[in-house]
Amino acid sequence: MGLIKKIWLFYYDGFRSMTVGRTLWIVIIIKLFIIFAILRVFLFRPALSEYGSEEEKAEAVIENLVGNDNRP
Amino acid sequence: MDLSNLIGLSRLQFAVTAAYHWLFVPLTLGLGFIIAIMELKYYRSGDEFWKRTTRFWMKLFAINFAIGVATGIILEFEFGTNWSNYSWFVGDIFGAPLAIEGIFAFFMESTFFAVMYFGWDKVGKKAHLVSTWLTAIGTNLSAVWILIANSWMQYPVGMEFNPDTARSEMTDFWAIVTSPVATNKFLHSVTNGYVLASIVVIAVSSWFLLKKREQELAHKSIRIASVFGGISLAVLIFTGDGSAYNVAKVQPMKLAAMEGLYEGSENAPLVAFGILNPDKDIMGTEGENEDPYLFDISFPNMLSLLATRKTDGFVPGINDIIRGGYEFTDREGNTSVQPSFERKKAMGTAAVNALAGYREARAAGDTAAMRSAEETLKENFDYFGYHYIEKAEDTVPDVPLVFYAFHLMVALGMFFIILFILFIATEWKNRLENHRWLLWTGIAAVPLVYICSQAGWIVAEAGRQPWTIQGLLPVNAAVSGISPGNVLTTLIILLVLFTALLCVELSIMFKQIKKGA
Repeated sequence: MGLIKKIWLFYYDGFRSMTVGRTLWIVIIIKLFIIFAILRVFLFRPALSEYGSEEEKAEAVIENLVGNDNRP
Repeated sequence: MDLSNLIGLSRLQFAVTAAYHWLFVPLTLGLGFIIAIMELKYYRSGDEFWKRTTRFWMKLFAINFAIGVATGIILEFEFGTNWSNYSWFVGDIFGAPLAIEGIFAFFMESTFFAVMYFGWDKVGKKAHLVSTWLTAIGTNLSAVWILIANSWMQYPVGMEFNPDTARSEMTDFWAIVTSPVATNKFLHSVTNGYVLASIVVIAVSSWFLLKKREQELAHKSIRIASVFGGISLAVLIFTGDGSAYNVAKVQPMKLAAMEGLYEGSENAPLVAFGILNPDKDIMGTEGENEDPYLFDISFPNMLSLLATRKTDGFVPGINDIIRGGYEFTDREGNTSVQPSFERKKAMGTAAVNALAGYREARAAGDTAAMRSAEETLKENFDYFGYHYIEKAEDTVPDVPLVFYAFHLMVALGMFFIILFILFIATEWKNRLENHRWLLWTGIAAVPLVYICSQAGWIVAEAGRQPWTIQGLLPVNAAVSGISPGNVLTTLIILLVLFTALLCVELSIMFKQIKKGA
Protein backbone atom coordinates (compact mmCIF):
# COMPACT_ATOMS: atom_id res chain seq x y z
CA MET A 1 0.00 0.00 0.00
CA GLY A 2 1.31 3.43 -0.94
CA LEU A 3 2.32 5.88 1.75
CA ILE A 4 -0.37 8.38 0.79
CA LYS A 5 -3.07 5.72 1.01
CA LYS A 6 -1.74 4.64 4.42
CA ILE A 7 -1.89 8.23 5.68
CA TRP A 8 -5.38 8.66 4.23
CA LEU A 9 -6.65 5.48 5.92
CA PHE A 10 -5.00 6.49 9.18
CA TYR A 11 -6.96 9.73 9.31
CA TYR A 12 -10.13 8.21 7.78
CA ASP A 13 -10.32 5.41 10.36
CA GLY A 14 -9.38 7.81 13.11
CA PHE A 15 -12.16 10.23 12.29
CA ARG A 16 -14.70 7.42 11.79
CA SER A 17 -14.01 5.91 15.18
CA MET A 18 -14.27 9.19 17.09
CA THR A 19 -16.91 9.58 19.81
CA VAL A 20 -16.36 12.76 21.82
CA GLY A 21 -14.16 13.93 18.95
CA ARG A 22 -17.19 14.33 16.69
CA THR A 23 -18.80 16.82 19.05
CA LEU A 24 -15.48 18.60 19.33
CA TRP A 25 -15.09 18.80 15.56
CA ILE A 26 -18.59 20.31 15.28
CA VAL A 27 -17.61 22.91 17.91
CA ILE A 28 -14.32 23.62 16.09
CA ILE A 29 -16.03 24.04 12.71
CA ILE A 30 -18.73 26.36 14.10
CA LYS A 31 -16.09 28.34 15.96
CA LEU A 32 -13.81 28.68 12.92
CA PHE A 33 -16.79 29.71 10.80
CA ILE A 34 -17.71 32.45 13.28
CA ILE A 35 -14.09 33.61 13.59
CA PHE A 36 -13.11 33.63 9.91
CA ALA A 37 -16.38 34.00 7.99
CA ILE A 38 -18.15 36.46 10.28
CA LEU A 39 -15.73 38.22 12.63
CA ARG A 40 -12.86 38.57 10.17
CA VAL A 41 -14.94 39.44 7.10
CA PHE A 42 -17.49 41.80 8.61
CA LEU A 43 -16.23 43.07 11.95
CA PHE A 44 -12.43 42.91 12.13
CA ARG A 45 -11.26 44.48 8.89
CA PRO A 46 -7.71 45.81 9.11
CA ALA A 47 -7.93 49.56 9.62
CA LEU A 48 -5.16 50.18 7.06
CA SER A 49 -6.80 48.05 4.36
CA GLU A 50 -8.32 51.16 2.75
CA TYR A 51 -4.81 52.08 1.64
CA GLY A 52 -3.60 50.18 -1.39
CA SER A 53 0.17 50.10 -1.28
CA GLU A 54 2.66 49.68 1.56
CA GLU A 55 3.86 53.25 0.92
CA GLU A 56 0.34 54.61 1.40
CA LYS A 57 -0.04 52.63 4.62
CA ALA A 58 3.30 53.97 5.89
CA GLU A 59 2.25 57.52 5.02
CA ALA A 60 -1.06 57.07 6.85
CA VAL A 61 0.67 55.80 10.00
CA ILE A 62 3.32 58.55 9.89
CA GLU A 63 0.52 61.09 9.49
CA ASN A 64 -1.18 59.60 12.55
CA LEU A 65 2.08 59.78 14.50
CA VAL A 66 3.25 63.26 13.52
CA GLY A 67 -0.10 64.85 12.69
CA ASN A 68 -2.21 66.72 15.19
CA ASP A 69 -4.83 64.04 15.84
CA ASN A 70 -2.75 62.02 18.24
CA ARG A 71 -0.93 64.89 19.88
CA PRO A 72 -1.90 65.87 23.39
CA MET B 1 -14.39 61.19 18.54
CA ASP B 2 -14.29 60.26 22.22
CA LEU B 3 -10.73 58.96 22.29
CA SER B 4 -10.70 57.91 25.94
CA ASN B 5 -13.82 55.80 25.39
CA LEU B 6 -12.29 54.26 22.27
CA ILE B 7 -9.04 53.46 24.10
CA GLY B 8 -10.88 52.10 27.13
CA LEU B 9 -13.13 49.87 25.02
CA SER B 10 -10.27 48.67 22.81
CA ARG B 11 -8.18 47.84 25.86
CA LEU B 12 -11.12 46.08 27.50
CA GLN B 13 -11.78 44.08 24.35
CA PHE B 14 -8.14 43.02 24.09
CA ALA B 15 -8.03 42.17 27.80
CA VAL B 16 -11.22 40.08 27.58
CA THR B 17 -9.93 38.19 24.51
CA ALA B 18 -6.50 37.56 26.05
CA ALA B 19 -8.00 36.52 29.39
CA TYR B 20 -10.38 34.02 27.77
CA HIS B 21 -7.59 32.71 25.53
CA TRP B 22 -5.43 32.21 28.60
CA LEU B 23 -8.20 30.17 30.25
CA PHE B 24 -7.55 27.42 27.69
CA VAL B 25 -3.80 27.70 27.06
CA PRO B 26 -2.19 26.86 30.44
CA LEU B 27 -4.10 23.59 30.85
CA THR B 28 -2.92 22.49 27.39
CA LEU B 29 0.69 23.43 28.23
CA GLY B 30 0.77 21.42 31.45
CA LEU B 31 -1.58 18.52 30.78
CA GLY B 32 0.42 17.59 27.67
CA PHE B 33 3.46 16.77 29.82
CA ILE B 34 1.44 15.01 32.53
CA ILE B 35 -0.07 12.74 29.86
CA ALA B 36 3.39 12.17 28.37
CA ILE B 37 4.74 11.11 31.79
CA MET B 38 1.81 8.71 32.23
CA GLU B 39 2.36 7.19 28.81
CA LEU B 40 6.07 6.81 29.59
CA LYS B 41 4.99 4.71 32.60
CA TYR B 42 2.82 2.61 30.27
CA TYR B 43 5.71 2.21 27.81
CA ARG B 44 8.09 1.11 30.55
CA SER B 45 5.73 -1.15 32.51
CA GLY B 46 3.41 -2.43 29.78
CA ASP B 47 0.65 -2.19 32.42
CA GLU B 48 -2.73 -1.59 30.74
CA PHE B 49 -3.77 0.52 33.74
CA TRP B 50 -1.39 3.26 32.60
CA LYS B 51 -2.75 3.10 29.05
CA ARG B 52 -6.32 3.53 30.36
CA THR B 53 -5.19 6.39 32.66
CA THR B 54 -3.29 8.13 29.85
CA ARG B 55 -6.30 7.86 27.53
CA PHE B 56 -8.63 9.30 30.18
CA TRP B 57 -6.52 12.44 30.71
CA MET B 58 -5.84 12.63 26.97
CA LYS B 59 -9.58 12.96 26.42
CA LEU B 60 -9.72 16.00 28.74
CA PHE B 61 -6.62 17.40 27.01
CA ALA B 62 -8.36 17.07 23.63
CA ILE B 63 -11.52 18.82 24.85
CA ASN B 64 -9.54 21.75 26.20
CA PHE B 65 -7.33 21.88 23.09
CA ALA B 66 -10.29 21.77 20.70
CA ILE B 67 -12.26 24.49 22.46
CA GLY B 68 -9.25 26.75 22.94
CA VAL B 69 -7.68 26.39 19.50
CA ALA B 70 -7.82 29.53 17.34
CA THR B 71 -9.15 31.77 20.14
CA GLY B 72 -5.78 33.55 20.05
CA ILE B 73 -6.24 34.43 16.37
CA ILE B 74 -8.82 37.01 17.41
CA LEU B 75 -6.03 38.91 19.16
CA GLU B 76 -4.29 39.22 15.80
CA PHE B 77 -7.51 40.55 14.25
CA GLU B 78 -7.68 43.14 17.01
CA PHE B 79 -4.11 44.26 16.30
CA GLY B 80 -5.05 45.11 12.73
CA THR B 81 -8.45 46.63 13.43
CA ASN B 82 -8.20 48.34 16.80
CA TRP B 83 -4.46 48.90 17.08
CA SER B 84 -3.41 49.59 13.49
CA ASN B 85 -0.73 52.19 14.33
CA TYR B 86 0.80 49.76 16.80
CA SER B 87 0.48 46.87 14.38
CA TRP B 88 2.28 48.81 11.67
CA PHE B 89 4.88 50.25 14.06
CA VAL B 90 5.99 46.82 15.35
CA GLY B 91 6.52 45.64 11.78
CA ASP B 92 8.32 42.34 11.33
CA ILE B 93 9.26 42.10 15.01
CA PHE B 94 5.83 40.62 15.63
CA GLY B 95 5.41 39.09 12.18
CA ALA B 96 8.43 36.76 12.33
CA PRO B 97 7.72 35.11 15.73
CA LEU B 98 4.02 34.73 14.90
CA ALA B 99 4.81 33.17 11.52
CA ILE B 100 7.18 30.70 13.19
CA GLU B 101 4.48 29.98 15.77
CA GLY B 102 2.01 29.24 12.97
CA ILE B 103 4.41 26.77 11.35
CA PHE B 104 5.13 25.05 14.66
CA ALA B 105 1.47 24.93 15.61
CA PHE B 106 0.46 23.49 12.26
CA PHE B 107 3.20 20.95 11.64
CA MET B 108 4.12 19.77 15.11
CA GLU B 109 0.82 19.87 16.90
CA SER B 110 -1.47 18.78 14.09
CA THR B 111 0.77 15.93 12.94
CA PHE B 112 1.70 14.44 16.29
CA PHE B 113 -1.68 15.27 17.84
CA ALA B 114 -3.32 13.05 15.20
CA VAL B 115 -0.89 10.17 15.86
CA MET B 116 -1.48 10.60 19.60
CA TYR B 117 -5.26 10.19 19.19
CA PHE B 118 -5.69 7.93 16.19
CA GLY B 119 -2.52 5.91 16.49
CA TRP B 120 -2.99 3.80 19.64
CA ASP B 121 -3.40 0.54 17.72
CA LYS B 122 -1.86 1.67 14.45
CA VAL B 123 1.67 2.71 15.33
CA GLY B 124 4.20 1.06 17.63
CA LYS B 125 4.29 1.86 21.35
CA LYS B 126 7.52 3.78 20.97
CA ALA B 127 6.28 5.86 18.01
CA HIS B 128 3.11 6.67 19.93
CA LEU B 129 5.05 7.72 23.01
CA VAL B 130 7.31 9.94 20.89
CA SER B 131 4.22 11.56 19.32
CA THR B 132 2.72 12.29 22.73
CA TRP B 133 5.95 13.89 23.92
CA LEU B 134 6.29 15.88 20.69
CA THR B 135 2.70 17.12 21.02
CA ALA B 136 3.50 18.35 24.53
CA ILE B 137 6.78 19.93 23.38
CA GLY B 138 5.05 21.42 20.30
CA THR B 139 2.36 23.18 22.33
CA ASN B 140 5.07 24.63 24.57
CA LEU B 141 7.21 25.69 21.60
CA SER B 142 4.18 27.48 20.14
CA ALA B 143 4.01 29.49 23.34
CA VAL B 144 7.68 30.49 22.98
CA TRP B 145 7.08 32.73 20.00
CA ILE B 146 4.08 34.66 21.22
CA LEU B 147 5.83 35.19 24.56
CA ILE B 148 8.94 36.47 22.75
CA ALA B 149 6.73 38.96 20.90
CA ASN B 150 5.07 40.00 24.16
CA SER B 151 8.45 40.38 25.87
CA TRP B 152 9.69 42.61 23.08
CA MET B 153 6.81 44.97 23.80
CA GLN B 154 7.97 45.15 27.44
CA TYR B 155 11.65 45.41 26.51
CA PRO B 156 12.18 46.43 22.87
CA VAL B 157 15.63 45.18 21.83
CA GLY B 158 17.26 44.07 18.57
CA MET B 159 15.41 46.59 16.41
CA GLU B 160 15.86 49.83 14.56
CA PHE B 161 13.10 52.26 13.59
CA ASN B 162 12.91 53.03 9.88
CA PRO B 163 11.61 56.60 9.38
CA ASP B 164 10.76 55.89 5.73
CA THR B 165 8.29 53.15 6.58
CA ALA B 166 7.51 54.03 10.23
CA ARG B 167 8.23 50.40 11.09
CA SER B 168 10.55 48.71 13.52
CA GLU B 169 13.00 46.54 11.65
CA MET B 170 14.69 43.54 13.21
CA THR B 171 18.45 44.05 13.42
CA ASP B 172 19.29 41.21 15.79
CA PHE B 173 16.97 38.19 15.82
CA TRP B 174 18.91 36.48 18.62
CA ALA B 175 18.81 39.58 20.82
CA ILE B 176 15.02 39.42 20.60
CA VAL B 177 14.82 35.65 21.09
CA THR B 178 17.33 35.46 23.93
CA SER B 179 16.33 38.66 25.68
CA PRO B 180 16.39 37.97 29.45
CA VAL B 181 12.83 39.24 29.67
CA ALA B 182 11.72 36.74 27.01
CA THR B 183 13.48 33.69 28.45
CA ASN B 184 12.23 34.43 31.94
CA LYS B 185 8.69 35.19 30.76
CA PHE B 186 8.58 31.92 28.81
CA LEU B 187 9.69 29.83 31.79
CA HIS B 188 7.37 31.70 34.16
CA SER B 189 4.35 31.35 31.87
CA VAL B 190 4.79 27.67 30.98
CA THR B 191 5.51 26.60 34.55
CA ASN B 192 2.37 28.47 35.52
CA GLY B 193 0.59 26.20 33.03
CA TYR B 194 2.21 23.11 34.60
CA VAL B 195 1.07 24.14 38.09
CA LEU B 196 -2.45 24.87 36.82
CA ALA B 197 -2.72 21.53 35.02
CA SER B 198 -1.38 19.69 38.08
CA ILE B 199 -4.06 21.25 40.25
CA VAL B 200 -6.77 20.34 37.71
CA VAL B 201 -5.53 16.71 37.76
CA ILE B 202 -5.47 16.74 41.57
CA ALA B 203 -8.99 18.22 41.68
CA VAL B 204 -10.52 15.67 39.28
CA SER B 205 -8.75 12.86 41.13
CA SER B 206 -9.95 14.24 44.47
CA TRP B 207 -13.51 14.19 43.16
CA PHE B 208 -13.11 10.52 42.19
CA LEU B 209 -11.81 9.73 45.68
CA LEU B 210 -14.70 11.55 47.34
CA LYS B 211 -17.10 9.55 45.13
CA LYS B 212 -15.11 6.36 45.78
CA ARG B 213 -14.66 5.81 42.04
CA GLU B 214 -11.56 5.24 39.87
CA GLN B 215 -9.49 5.07 43.03
CA GLU B 216 -6.31 3.61 41.58
CA LEU B 217 -6.38 6.13 38.72
CA ALA B 218 -6.99 8.94 41.20
CA HIS B 219 -4.20 7.97 43.59
CA LYS B 220 -1.60 7.45 40.88
CA SER B 221 -2.64 10.61 39.05
CA ILE B 222 -2.33 12.60 42.28
CA ARG B 223 1.17 11.18 42.80
CA ILE B 224 2.32 12.34 39.36
CA ALA B 225 0.49 15.68 39.45
CA SER B 226 1.59 16.67 42.94
CA VAL B 227 5.27 15.96 42.24
CA PHE B 228 5.17 17.51 38.76
CA GLY B 229 3.22 20.50 40.13
CA GLY B 230 5.53 20.87 43.12
CA ILE B 231 8.69 20.90 40.98
CA SER B 232 7.05 23.30 38.52
CA LEU B 233 6.01 25.58 41.37
CA ALA B 234 9.63 25.73 42.58
CA VAL B 235 10.69 26.85 39.07
CA LEU B 236 7.73 29.24 38.97
CA ILE B 237 8.88 30.91 42.20
CA PHE B 238 12.48 31.10 40.94
CA THR B 239 11.38 32.69 37.64
CA GLY B 240 8.97 34.94 39.54
CA ASP B 241 11.99 36.34 41.34
CA GLY B 242 13.74 36.76 37.96
CA SER B 243 10.64 38.42 36.59
CA ALA B 244 10.56 40.96 39.44
CA TYR B 245 14.28 41.69 38.86
CA ASN B 246 13.66 42.23 35.14
CA VAL B 247 10.71 44.50 35.85
CA ALA B 248 12.87 46.54 38.23
CA LYS B 249 15.45 46.97 35.46
CA VAL B 250 13.27 47.59 32.41
CA GLN B 251 9.91 48.78 33.78
CA PRO B 252 10.58 50.40 37.18
CA MET B 253 7.19 52.14 37.14
CA LYS B 254 5.49 48.73 37.00
CA LEU B 255 7.47 47.53 40.03
CA ALA B 256 6.59 50.72 41.93
CA ALA B 257 2.88 50.12 41.15
CA MET B 258 3.15 46.43 42.16
CA GLU B 259 4.39 47.55 45.58
CA GLY B 260 2.38 50.79 45.93
CA LEU B 261 5.75 52.49 46.32
CA TYR B 262 5.45 56.26 45.88
CA GLU B 263 8.75 57.38 47.44
CA GLY B 264 11.73 55.17 46.75
CA SER B 265 14.47 54.38 49.21
CA GLU B 266 17.51 52.29 49.96
CA ASN B 267 16.78 49.24 52.14
CA ALA B 268 13.28 49.27 50.64
CA PRO B 269 10.83 46.88 52.37
CA LEU B 270 8.66 44.36 50.52
CA VAL B 271 4.97 44.47 51.34
CA ALA B 272 3.79 40.98 52.31
CA PHE B 273 0.24 42.12 52.97
CA GLY B 274 -1.20 45.57 52.67
CA ILE B 275 -4.31 47.68 52.19
CA LEU B 276 -3.74 50.72 50.02
CA ASN B 277 -4.89 54.14 51.14
CA PRO B 278 -7.42 55.24 48.48
CA ASP B 279 -6.59 58.92 49.16
CA LYS B 280 -2.91 58.47 48.31
CA ASP B 281 -1.84 60.04 45.02
CA ILE B 282 1.31 61.12 43.21
CA MET B 283 3.37 64.27 43.84
CA GLY B 284 1.73 67.60 43.04
CA THR B 285 -1.75 66.37 43.95
CA GLU B 286 -3.94 66.67 47.06
CA GLY B 287 -3.11 63.14 48.14
CA GLU B 288 0.66 63.45 47.89
CA ASN B 289 1.22 63.64 51.66
CA GLU B 290 -1.06 60.74 52.57
CA ASP B 291 0.43 57.43 53.72
CA PRO B 292 0.41 54.88 50.89
CA TYR B 293 -1.07 52.11 53.03
CA LEU B 294 -3.90 51.97 55.57
CA PHE B 295 -2.26 48.82 56.88
CA ASP B 296 0.75 46.81 55.84
CA ILE B 297 3.04 44.01 56.95
CA SER B 298 6.42 44.35 55.26
CA PHE B 299 9.75 42.54 55.17
CA PRO B 300 12.63 45.00 55.68
CA ASN B 301 15.20 45.31 52.84
CA MET B 302 13.53 42.63 50.76
CA LEU B 303 12.32 44.86 47.89
CA SER B 304 15.86 46.24 47.52
CA LEU B 305 17.18 42.69 47.45
CA LEU B 306 14.57 41.63 44.88
CA ALA B 307 15.13 44.63 42.61
CA THR B 308 18.87 45.27 42.92
CA ARG B 309 20.24 42.05 44.47
CA LYS B 310 21.56 44.20 47.32
CA THR B 311 19.76 44.77 50.62
CA ASP B 312 20.70 48.46 50.57
CA GLY B 313 20.04 49.08 46.86
CA PHE B 314 17.92 52.08 45.90
CA VAL B 315 14.47 51.26 44.51
CA PRO B 316 12.76 54.23 42.84
CA GLY B 317 9.13 54.96 43.69
CA ILE B 318 6.47 56.45 41.41
CA ASN B 319 7.40 60.02 42.37
CA ASP B 320 11.14 59.38 41.87
CA ILE B 321 10.50 58.12 38.36
CA ILE B 322 8.42 61.21 37.55
CA ARG B 323 10.91 63.55 39.22
CA GLY B 324 14.03 61.84 37.82
CA GLY B 325 17.50 62.75 39.06
CA TYR B 326 18.35 59.40 40.67
CA GLU B 327 21.04 56.97 39.59
CA PHE B 328 19.79 53.87 37.87
CA THR B 329 21.59 50.81 36.51
CA ASP B 330 19.80 49.28 33.54
CA ARG B 331 19.63 45.64 32.38
CA GLU B 332 22.90 46.02 30.44
CA GLY B 333 24.70 47.34 33.53
CA ASN B 334 24.91 50.98 32.37
CA THR B 335 24.46 53.47 35.20
CA SER B 336 22.99 56.89 34.45
CA VAL B 337 21.05 59.68 36.12
CA GLN B 338 17.43 59.30 35.10
CA PRO B 339 15.67 62.17 33.32
CA SER B 340 12.47 63.67 34.71
CA PHE B 341 9.11 63.17 33.01
CA GLU B 342 9.34 66.68 31.53
CA ARG B 343 12.76 65.89 30.06
CA LYS B 344 11.55 62.59 28.63
CA LYS B 345 8.55 64.36 27.12
CA ALA B 346 10.82 66.99 25.56
CA MET B 347 13.00 64.24 24.05
CA GLY B 348 9.88 62.46 22.79
CA THR B 349 8.67 65.63 21.12
CA ALA B 350 12.12 66.14 19.58
CA ALA B 351 11.91 62.60 18.16
CA VAL B 352 8.41 63.05 16.75
CA ASN B 353 9.30 66.45 15.28
CA ALA B 354 12.40 64.87 13.74
CA LEU B 355 10.20 62.22 12.10
CA ALA B 356 7.97 64.99 10.71
CA GLY B 357 11.07 66.91 9.58
CA TYR B 358 12.47 63.80 7.94
CA ARG B 359 9.28 63.34 5.95
CA GLU B 360 9.28 66.97 4.81
CA ALA B 361 12.98 66.83 3.87
CA ARG B 362 12.43 63.63 1.92
CA ALA B 363 9.53 65.23 0.00
CA ALA B 364 11.79 68.21 -0.78
CA GLY B 365 14.68 65.92 -1.76
CA ASP B 366 16.94 67.55 0.87
CA THR B 367 19.32 64.71 1.84
CA ALA B 368 21.32 66.79 4.34
CA ALA B 369 18.16 67.73 6.24
CA MET B 370 17.03 64.09 6.10
CA ARG B 371 20.31 62.93 7.69
CA SER B 372 20.11 65.58 10.37
CA ALA B 373 16.49 64.70 11.20
CA GLU B 374 17.35 60.99 11.29
CA GLU B 375 20.18 61.65 13.75
CA THR B 376 17.91 63.64 16.04
CA LEU B 377 15.31 60.88 15.81
CA LYS B 378 17.89 58.23 16.77
CA GLU B 379 19.22 60.28 19.69
CA ASN B 380 15.78 60.71 21.20
CA PHE B 381 14.05 57.57 20.00
CA ASP B 382 14.07 55.79 23.39
CA TYR B 383 11.55 58.40 24.58
CA PHE B 384 9.53 58.67 21.33
CA GLY B 385 6.27 57.71 23.02
CA TYR B 386 6.51 60.33 25.76
CA HIS B 387 5.48 62.93 23.21
CA TYR B 388 1.94 61.54 23.33
CA ILE B 389 1.69 61.60 27.13
CA GLU B 390 0.00 64.74 28.35
CA LYS B 391 0.67 64.66 32.09
CA ALA B 392 3.11 62.85 34.38
CA GLU B 393 0.23 61.04 36.11
CA ASP B 394 -0.65 59.43 32.76
CA THR B 395 2.58 57.41 32.99
CA VAL B 396 1.35 55.74 36.20
CA PRO B 397 -0.61 52.48 35.80
CA ASP B 398 -3.69 51.69 37.88
CA VAL B 399 -1.87 51.20 41.19
CA PRO B 400 -4.65 49.39 43.16
CA LEU B 401 -5.31 46.97 40.27
CA VAL B 402 -1.62 46.10 39.85
CA PHE B 403 -0.86 46.05 43.60
CA TYR B 404 -3.75 43.75 44.55
CA ALA B 405 -3.29 41.49 41.49
CA PHE B 406 0.40 41.06 42.37
CA HIS B 407 -0.21 40.34 46.04
CA LEU B 408 -3.12 38.00 45.29
CA MET B 409 -0.90 36.09 42.84
CA VAL B 410 1.89 35.75 45.41
CA ALA B 411 -0.52 34.77 48.23
CA LEU B 412 -2.13 32.08 46.06
CA GLY B 413 1.33 30.85 45.07
CA MET B 414 2.14 30.37 48.77
CA PHE B 415 -1.17 28.53 49.23
CA PHE B 416 -0.28 26.16 46.36
CA ILE B 417 3.07 25.33 47.99
CA ILE B 418 1.21 24.17 51.11
CA LEU B 419 -1.35 22.32 48.99
CA PHE B 420 1.27 20.35 47.04
CA ILE B 421 3.17 19.49 50.22
CA LEU B 422 -0.02 18.27 51.90
CA PHE B 423 -1.04 16.17 48.89
CA ILE B 424 2.43 14.64 48.55
CA ALA B 425 2.71 13.86 52.28
CA THR B 426 -0.83 12.50 52.64
CA GLU B 427 -0.83 10.46 49.44
CA TRP B 428 2.50 8.80 50.24
CA LYS B 429 1.13 7.82 53.66
CA ASN B 430 -1.97 6.41 51.92
CA ARG B 431 -4.20 8.58 54.07
CA LEU B 432 -5.86 10.82 51.52
CA GLU B 433 -9.33 9.28 51.99
CA ASN B 434 -9.12 10.09 55.72
CA HIS B 435 -8.77 13.79 54.94
CA ARG B 436 -11.90 14.70 53.02
CA TRP B 437 -11.27 18.39 53.75
CA LEU B 438 -8.01 18.13 51.80
CA LEU B 439 -9.79 16.52 48.85
CA TRP B 440 -12.38 19.32 48.91
CA THR B 441 -9.56 21.89 49.15
CA GLY B 442 -7.97 20.29 46.06
CA ILE B 443 -11.23 20.82 44.17
CA ALA B 444 -11.63 24.39 45.47
CA ALA B 445 -8.08 25.14 44.29
CA VAL B 446 -9.15 24.98 40.61
CA PRO B 447 -10.84 28.41 40.45
CA LEU B 448 -8.03 29.79 42.63
CA VAL B 449 -5.27 28.63 40.28
CA TYR B 450 -7.10 30.18 37.32
CA ILE B 451 -7.49 33.44 39.27
CA CYS B 452 -3.77 33.30 40.15
CA SER B 453 -2.84 32.76 36.52
CA GLN B 454 -5.00 35.65 35.32
CA ALA B 455 -3.67 37.88 38.12
CA GLY B 456 -0.15 37.31 36.78
CA TRP B 457 -1.16 38.59 33.37
CA ILE B 458 -2.96 41.58 34.93
CA VAL B 459 0.31 42.51 36.67
CA ALA B 460 2.27 42.10 33.42
CA GLU B 461 -0.13 43.93 31.13
CA ALA B 462 -2.00 46.47 33.29
CA GLY B 463 1.32 47.19 35.01
CA ARG B 464 2.94 48.42 31.80
CA GLN B 465 0.22 50.92 30.99
CA PRO B 466 0.12 53.36 29.27
CA TRP B 467 2.61 51.62 26.98
CA THR B 468 1.88 49.20 24.17
CA ILE B 469 5.64 49.25 23.49
CA GLN B 470 7.64 50.38 26.49
CA GLY B 471 8.65 54.03 26.10
CA LEU B 472 7.93 54.05 22.36
CA LEU B 473 4.20 53.90 21.81
CA PRO B 474 1.47 54.61 24.36
CA VAL B 475 -2.10 53.35 23.87
CA ASN B 476 -3.42 56.73 22.69
CA ALA B 477 -0.94 56.78 19.77
CA ALA B 478 -1.34 53.06 19.03
CA VAL B 479 -5.11 52.93 18.70
CA SER B 480 -6.94 53.08 15.34
CA GLY B 481 -9.34 55.86 14.57
CA ILE B 482 -12.42 53.64 14.53
CA SER B 483 -15.84 54.12 16.07
CA PRO B 484 -16.17 53.18 19.78
CA GLY B 485 -19.61 51.79 18.86
CA ASN B 486 -17.96 49.22 16.57
CA VAL B 487 -15.56 48.20 19.31
CA LEU B 488 -18.43 47.85 21.79
CA THR B 489 -20.38 45.67 19.31
CA THR B 490 -17.46 43.31 18.72
CA LEU B 491 -16.71 43.26 22.45
CA ILE B 492 -20.26 42.04 23.17
CA ILE B 493 -20.07 39.44 20.36
CA LEU B 494 -16.74 38.15 21.67
CA LEU B 495 -18.06 37.97 25.23
CA VAL B 496 -21.01 35.88 24.03
CA LEU B 497 -18.79 33.65 21.85
CA PHE B 498 -16.18 33.03 24.53
CA THR B 499 -18.74 32.44 27.26
CA ALA B 500 -20.52 29.94 25.00
CA LEU B 501 -17.22 28.17 24.30
CA LEU B 502 -16.41 28.03 27.99
CA CYS B 503 -19.85 26.61 28.80
CA VAL B 504 -19.45 23.98 26.04
CA GLU B 505 -15.99 23.06 27.34
CA LEU B 506 -17.15 22.72 30.93
CA SER B 507 -20.22 20.76 29.91
CA ILE B 508 -18.29 18.25 27.74
CA MET B 509 -15.49 18.00 30.28
CA PHE B 510 -17.78 17.38 33.26
CA LYS B 511 -19.62 14.73 31.24
CA GLN B 512 -16.37 12.93 30.43
CA ILE B 513 -15.12 13.16 34.02
CA LYS B 514 -18.42 11.69 35.28
CA LYS B 515 -18.05 8.84 32.78
CA GLY B 516 -14.60 8.06 34.13
CA ALA B 517 -11.83 6.15 32.41
